[in-house]
Amino acid sequence: MADIQVLVKELVNKYGTKREALIPILQGVVASERYLSSEAMIEIAKELDISAAEVYGTATFYSFLETVPRGKYVIRICRTIVCEMNGKKDVLKILEEILKIKVGETTMDKKFSLLETNCIGWCHQGPAMLINDEVYSQLTSDKVREIIQDYIRNK
Amino acid sequence: MAEKTLKKVDIIFAEYLVSPYKILEETIKRPKNEIIQEILDSGLRGRGGAGFPTGLKWKFGASAKAEPKYIVCNADEGEPGTFKDREILTKVPRKVFLGMGICAFVTGATKGILYLRAEYNYLIPSLNNELQIFHEKAKLLGLDFNITIFSGSGAYVCGEETALIESMEGKRGEPRNKPPFPVQSGYLGKPTIVNNVETFVSASMVCRIGAVEYKKLGTEDQSGSKLFSISGDTHKAGVYELELGMKVSEFVEEFGDGDTKAVQIGGVAGVCVPRKNFEATIIGQGSSSGGSTMVFNSTRSMYNVLHNYLEFFQEESCGQCTPCRVGCQQLLKGIEAIKAGTKPAEYLNQLMKLTETMKLTAKCGLGQSVGNSFNSIVTNFREEMIY
Amino acid sequence: MENLINLTIDGIDVQVERGKSILEAAKIANVRIPTLCHHDDLCVAGNCRVCVVEVIGRPRLEASCAVPAEDGMKVLTSTPKVRTARKDIVSLLVAEHNTQCTTCYRSTNCELQSLSAEYNIDNDDYISVLKPQKPIDKSSWSVEKDDSKCVRCQRCVRTCAELQHVNALTASGKGNHMKISTFLELPMNDVVCTNCGQCITHCPTGALTERRYYSDIWEAIGDPTKHVIINTAPSVRVGLGEMLGFPIGTRVTGKMVTALKKMGFDSVLDTDFTADLTIIEEGSEFLQRLEDALVHKKQVALPMLTSCSPGWVKFIEHMYPNHLDHLSTCKSPQQMFGALAKTYYAEKMGIKPENIVSVAGMPCAAKKFEANRPEMKSSGYQDVDCGLTTRELGHMIKQSGLDFTNLQESHFDSLMGESTGAAVIFGATGGVMEAALRTVYELITGRPVPFENLNIVPVRGLEGIKEASVKLENCLPKYSFLEGVEARFAVAHGLKNARIIMDQIAKGESPYHFIEVMACPGGCIGGGGQPIPTNNAIRRKRIEAIYAEDEGLAKRKSHDNEELKKLYQDFLKEPLGHKSHKLLHTKYRKRNRY
Repeated sequence: MADIQVLVKELVNKYGTKREALIPILQGVVASERYLSSEAMIEIAKELDISAAEVYGTATFYSFLETVPRGKYVIRICRTIVCEMNGKKDVLKILEEILKIKVGETTMDKKFSLLETNCIGWCHQGPAMLINDEVYSQLTSDKVREIIQDYIRNK
Repeated sequence: MAEKTLKKVDIIFAEYLVSPYKILEETIKRPKNEIIQEILDSGLRGRGGAGFPTGLKWKFGASAKAEPKYIVCNADEGEPGTFKDREILTKVPRKVFLGMGICAFVTGATKGILYLRAEYNYLIPSLNNELQIFHEKAKLLGLDFNITIFSGSGAYVCGEETALIESMEGKRGEPRNKPPFPVQSGYLGKPTIVNNVETFVSASMVCRIGAVEYKKLGTEDQSGSKLFSISGDTHKAGVYELELGMKVSEFVEEFGDGDTKAVQIGGVAGVCVPRKNFEATIIGQGSSSGGSTMVFNSTRSMYNVLHNYLEFFQEESCGQCTPCRVGCQQLLKGIEAIKAGTKPAEYLNQLMKLTETMKLTAKCGLGQSVGNSFNSIVTNFREEMIY
Repeated sequence: MENLINLTIDGIDVQVERGKSILEAAKIANVRIPTLCHHDDLCVAGNCRVCVVEVIGRPRLEASCAVPAEDGMKVLTSTPKVRTARKDIVSLLVAEHNTQCTTCYRSTNCELQSLSAEYNIDNDDYISVLKPQKPIDKSSWSVEKDDSKCVRCQRCVRTCAELQHVNALTASGKGNHMKISTFLELPMNDVVCTNCGQCITHCPTGALTERRYYSDIWEAIGDPTKHVIINTAPSVRVGLGEMLGFPIGTRVTGKMVTALKKMGFDSVLDTDFTADLTIIEEGSEFLQRLEDALVHKKQVALPMLTSCSPGWVKFIEHMYPNHLDHLSTCKSPQQMFGALAKTYYAEKMGIKPENIVSVAGMPCAAKKFEANRPEMKSSGYQDVDCGLTTRELGHMIKQSGLDFTNLQESHFDSLMGESTGAAVIFGATGGVMEAALRTVYELITGRPVPFENLNIVPVRGLEGIKEASVKLENCLPKYSFLEGVEARFAVAHGLKNARIIMDQIAKGESPYHFIEVMACPGGCIGGGGQPIPTNNAIRRKRIEAIYAEDEGLAKRKSHDNEELKKLYQDFLKEPLGHKSHKLLHTKYRKRNRY
């Protein structure tokens, strides 16, 4: 069995084969593979006995269920109003500078993807961003540099 | 209506001598009807935004016939400017589970689901620890009620209760036609009571202090206290528990930076109150009660603010219904065109009429409420839209 | 009556069953409410919001398709508020739409266009938000997908899911990015699409249409070196009239034949001829399988499944690839016709097969794909050069400038123009089974099938799965091994029902010997190539016309077809013989389930 089949099988064993298991399974694949490949979606469709189009249609509704390959660390910077007011644009510029990629892109070494996202619930400490599940708030240029350097060096 | 002045309250985060489990133990000794009546008497309304009377929802839930019943805690807190549910789930998750437990007891539900937005995934380990304790205590009390966590995947519209249910069922988070309402036919077609995080906590606090005491807070039609998420041009950004019924002017005096130009109340789905209306506007009255308050000072371009809102809406609309899907795009394109001079200023009137159609015809609260912020900003800051 | 409620719609009192929608109540009250995402065949979506109405006492307008009527409700369907909102909604749809109506295939038969005309939409009201589009997806032989014409009503998605259980189409993305797509937005030819074309007949606009080939045919007709022949399927003659101003369910057989002749087809023939042939071959195959199973104790796949519906064939190839041996090896009438056209017909008429252009006029989208299957070249040429839909034929007739209404009637040409009533009923669900029984029973017993006037009523009608059985008694000596057998038959139409049948077979629990399956609800009369709209009321009328045509014919059993007897005598020699196997039978292939 291919790795993806093993992974899907494990997730199915954990969550079941009913339709309501779909999103947890998709999340499990994204957590492990960083995105939903064509093979992964087909495998899930087989296990849940639904069409591949249904899997795709559901996945593309949700911004955290990626259907294109992403880096090991997905940076999601909040673009909603208060973060925007508090300097999100500058933070984004710094990120693009350090990572040498634009929003929506992934670094050559597949380590980082840079995305914008809607409100992540840290408006009182904006600008804020998520790196995978970790929150970083009250961002400044210096702080962002430090955070990313730390990821580059230590993770 | 009695005038209220701004008053900070400490109920939701307060540490009581009595543990939440003790409250649960005491509460479920009481007759179910009596508990429901207590919640009804308290005047408590949903704290997620729509403001439906909580006691009534529980009553419907209790009288629903089918089994099993589900209690869903809506922690898909996505309204821009809102972060109080995260604060609750971080600081007092026990009170949330307490509220869900009481609701399960009065409605006869055996299954609970906490729908947690993906952006809050980091809370899952600590919540699971709390749940383990809760389940042990519930078992001791003979309460057959099990709560699981369902993690969202990034979609604002899933805060709408039927979209949230679709999402839990493994589908696209597209709001359903109503009726039937979730209390009749919700998750997997079974009766489902969906309440916001704060609502469960407030309900449990009503059980703790009693409806009479709770009702002393707030005003006639806005009873109790509520959490406000305060952000923007303020030196005191954060979560505050305030008595309901305060004027915007009082709020601005406390939280503004001395140069407040407008306050957005109830998130982007709510209204934007300009300075001239601060005195006459009561927070939470006739508008969304989610508790998001974003403060803007005079350095802010209200065009940019509105533009940001509309970008948010056009992306976060589920896209199934015409007025919302196309309407949001039109509003955004429309203000851009006016700014660029390719449409005349009068086009704003056409767009405001469009928001009326959206309000009248959109399938769910998302599309229906886009006009709130649009109209209040365009009406009060018209010149900023044009020049 | 507890179950009845009273309400008023525009002041008209109306009584309906509890649970009915406002829209249904309005229909009873004879009040017309415009709709777009609504379709009688499909579940309620409530997403276009065109059907909004005012309900006294409610703050917002209600989508009448989705909101149940309630006792005492007062509904207003045409107030200024309602009209303004509806106009706004249609305007928004138009703003999202590719409005090049003049060059759209669905022009004059488009629900958005009608609404736009009705509400007098001004293009300048809103800014176009039409997305920069990918090129039109023309990857499939059968279905063309043009996203720029899509109104996102999801009728196609619901059709593919609810009626067909295929789910090749889905809504994807959200908000301004929401659209209708396939898995990973792959071309239609690369997904599990069966080409049934039901999405086309359920699409309110020109977003989904059949691939059109009729220009090629005009060209061939104009080429003096080509001998262009056409055969038309039974459902075409009961559907075509709808395109040309006749009431639904009008049989226009004779006028159609005249029109096609006048248009320049060198010979106008009848697919029914090879429908009769299908019955002989398929009936013989069925008897062979029974004999193999009962006498020779061989492992043969039973029940046997019909194979005339190419959408159904592709469905089983995708979804049940391990059960292909149940499918009859018989080609569909279209493909039998094609194979004979370039052999038997060519020989008899003294025309070189390479000069023959063989066209099939079909109620079907999948027939286009079928004609282009690589295995369909048993004549040494592509057996069928082109499959045209009923709609394309309608367009060609309009283009020809003929006064169709006043045309004289004429008969199909001969060779391969004769048919029986048994072949005509192929068009309706249950028809193939009924035709087969009329012949097979008589082959076995020497007596006519024991149903009054040959009408096998249990297999007729729109019920999803129908059953019939016949006890075989006093069999002819050759079939004595069937003595006393209770032969059981089933009929399924719509791939949703096919799935039920196949799941039984997959589990080894199918109680039947022979099953007819048609991909489209109602059978071919409801095919993906038929005039739009199609719904159950329309299907019923077309079915009535089919059975009326059958009843009106002198010969109603396939084995009575004289031309067919001659075909066997002169050319094929015997059913299931060497030539039959080469020309009339085929193989199937396993396809991906995903």
